[in-house]
Amino acid sequence: MPHKNENMAKKGLFDCTVVSNETLNHSYFMLRLQADGLPAMRPGQFVEVRIDHTPDAFLRRPISLHDVQAAEGIISLLIQRVGAGTQHLATLKPGDTVNVLLPLGNGFSLPENGDRRPRVLVGGGVGIAPLLYLGRTLAGQGVPVSFLLGFRSQREMLDLSAFEAVGSVYITTEDGSVGEKGFVTNHSLLQNGQPGFIQTCGPTPMMKAVAAYASAHGIPCEVSLENKMACGLGACLCCVTETQTGHKCVCSDGPVFNISELTWQI
Amino acid sequence: MADLRVDIRGLQLSNPVLTASGTFGYGLEFADFVPLERLGGIIVKGTTIARREGNPYPRMAEVPSGMLNAVGLQNKGVDYFVDHIYPQLAPIAANWIVNVSGSCVEDYAATAEKLAGLEHISAIEVNISCPNVKQGGMSFGTTTQGAGSVVRAVRKAYPKTMIVKLSPNVTDIAEIARAVEAEGADSVSLINTLLGMAVNVKTRRPVLSTVTGGLSGPCVKPVALRCVWQVAKAVQIPVIGLGGIMTATDAIEFLLAGATAVEVGTANFIDPSVTMKIIDGINTYLEENGFQSVQQIIGKLEV
Repeated sequence: MPHKNENMAKKGLFDCTVVSNETLNHSYFMLRLQADGLPAMRPGQFVEVRIDHTPDAFLRRPISLHDVQAAEGIISLLIQRVGAGTQHLATLKPGDTVNVLLPLGNGFSLPENGDRRPRVLVGGGVGIAPLLYLGRTLAGQGVPVSFLLGFRSQREMLDLSAFEAVGSVYITTEDGSVGEKGFVTNHSLLQNGQPGFIQTCGPTPMMKAVAAYASAHGIPCEVSLENKMACGLGACLCCVTETQTGHKCVCSDGPVFNISELTWQI
Repeated sequence: MADLRVDIRGLQLSNPVLTASGTFGYGLEFADFVPLERLGGIIVKGTTIARREGNPYPRMAEVPSGMLNAVGLQNKGVDYFVDHIYPQLAPIAANWIVNVSGSCVEDYAATAEKLAGLEHISAIEVNISCPNVKQGGMSFGTTTQGAGSVVRAVRKAYPKTMIVKLSPNVTDIAEIARAVEAEGADSVSLINTLLGMAVNVKTRRPVLSTVTGGLSGPCVKPVALRCVWQVAKAVQIPVIGLGGIMTATDAIEFLLAGATAVEVGTANFIDPSVTMKIIDGINTYLEENGFQSVQQIIGKLEV
């Protein structure tokens, strides 16, 4: 059943115009879309983009909000080319129209009652996408933000200047070609100090390692999950994850879950 | 505006477009996109006597022009429905129809009996065709004896309109339709999903946790149309057609083939407002072709 949360904006279908579509590296691209009348969107929420003109991509593609420029009605989507759907999105040209269902999901927790304890936002690969909008929103509320971002190697790296404008950026790569060598959980940032709150998005093994670190140190931690989805509205029950209270929809109960809700063996 | 009203043996629909069970939640999930009272009817998620957690993830595989699902009737049980969900639906003036499933004849009847007392539930759709449960479900719908036994038991427990949802995974769907008609079904809806499968060659494993699942979407429409055509010729009771309907044109094809009404399912995932476009499109077709009423095209396929 849908949450009756009065804070949630009404969902809608928007025919968005492609403002720009920029190739970032061998596998990532940045799609920026504009539409008038977009509702308020929270960090950690996502959109479902309709893929037209290819029978191989029948369903909409769920993609997290990388950035939102509310005044201009622009959303930025950081996308990795994975299959037929994202390949098609990579070919869109400025001026093209794409139909977008938004805003979907619950979003990350934001501070309550002026809580300004520092937060570490941990991302891996394309999972860094939702952390920019989250970090900017937190910084705007006076919360010190550190980004701890993991990549496989320099080849996967992106221009992180937008992150650097919001908070401190720490990098790990598996081969040590940039930043510290190893996984995010080995980084000196986590080894030498403990953040007040961790919010993370990335490959499941990385998030489980981050969750294990947070759990061992008693740090509250939220993870943003990614399961295969159909409706995005909590109706089809395809994208479920196991929780302490049974199956829940990643699309509508999540995608953000506190690790205490999940049944991860950490 | 053409007259879009249809009648399913006493169940009056303002138009022939319903939403298919399992694709529209409890309707409320779509309230931002669809004025629910404009639908001909809303068939809510499959409901069973006891809570079911459904199958493990992954439950869905995208395929060309469609998808496979293996949700497995996840629901909180009929008592939860009656106590917690029904009160949210009752104030909305729509034809609420509950899809009923079970793993034995007694469970179907007991679930139907609990729903019979709910004033604002207009009908039930008895699901003898779910391919994603180990016991019951489709196994009842693949023999005339199995189908007949469920319908006979539910008929005794449920006095209002009873629709029976048929499986296409049979040799002769018309034979099953005749069997449920003989036991007192008011209508048949068809088709439920086709049993299918997807394989991941990278992992050399099935995509679905259950190996097989139910195929839906536009890829099944030709099969569904054929089934509706065969069944509409075989029974006197109204037929409700579904399977891959994405547009008004698709819906009109089913009406011409003999369906009195249609259900829209997987299309809701691509466009949550699609049902409104289908209703409007049927009206436009009728007006442009000089028909005053949708009744004038039902079963009027010229062969």
